[in-house]
Amino acid sequence: MEDHRKGPAALDEARLRQQAIGVKLRQMFDEVVNEPVPDEFLDILRKADKPAGDR
Amino acid sequence: MSEAQVGRSPFDPVRDGTFKKELVTLIPHLRAFARTLTGDPTAADDLAQDAMMKAWDARASFQMGTNMKAWTFMILRNQFYSEKRRSWRQIQLDQEAAERTLVAVDDPEAPVALDELRLSLAMLPPEQREALILVGAGGFAYEEAAEICGCAVGTVKSRVSRARRALQAILEAGAYDRDGGAAGDAMYAILADAERLSTLR
Repeated sequence: MEDHRKGPAALDEARLRQQAIGVKLRQMFDEVVNEPVPDEFLDILRKADKPAGDR
Repeated sequence: MSEAQVGRSPFDPVRDGTFKKELVTLIPHLRAFARTLTGDPTAADDLAQDAMMKAWDARASFQMGTNMKAWTFMILRNQFYSEKRRSWRQIQLDQEAAERTLVAVDDPEAPVALDELRLSLAMLPPEQREALILVGAGGFAYEEAAEICGCAVGTVKSRVSRARRALQAILEAGAYDRDGGAAGDAMYAILADAERLSTLR
């Protein structure tokens, strides 16, 4: 990190690295999005349908 | 605007049904956002469930047709911070949780890139991390992220930009912590460096 070149090549490289990080970031997030939702979530929501006294 | 009229009965089965259907489609996204905030799958699901129920309970105040994803993310985020998980101590615990998650991976080679990213992400200041996640992975516009985080659009832009630089610096230096101990001076030096660079533009 001592060398803070701002030449075009360095900037291109930085951009490419940022793109790679961006792709990985989305991949990490989507990995969880694509997991099956635990039944608990829907159970909780189903119970919430009933009047409070029924829970 | 008629949807938001004050005095409308909170018990509207048709509206509730529509709301619920949309809320269910958002659960995977809430889980993913919660996972990035807490770093721990179990804590994340607790948080996502809390946020889901808060959203359900507050459904009468949601204006149908507006961005429910942003609205629920805001609820989840508020829930997260109201539980006082923001302290440095908690962040360290989150990193340990991330480490524990890693241990479960059988193949030590294949998932390295993602693990590195996960650990590096855990080292970012929380406000930078959430800004980057919302914009870079959650698919939110800067304006939406600003609304979710309750800050100015310019603040989000600057946080995302700082987060990107810091993340790149951490990844390049390999300073993410693999041993479960404190990442220590190297990390702070890198973050300070990234911070300085981002103000030099």
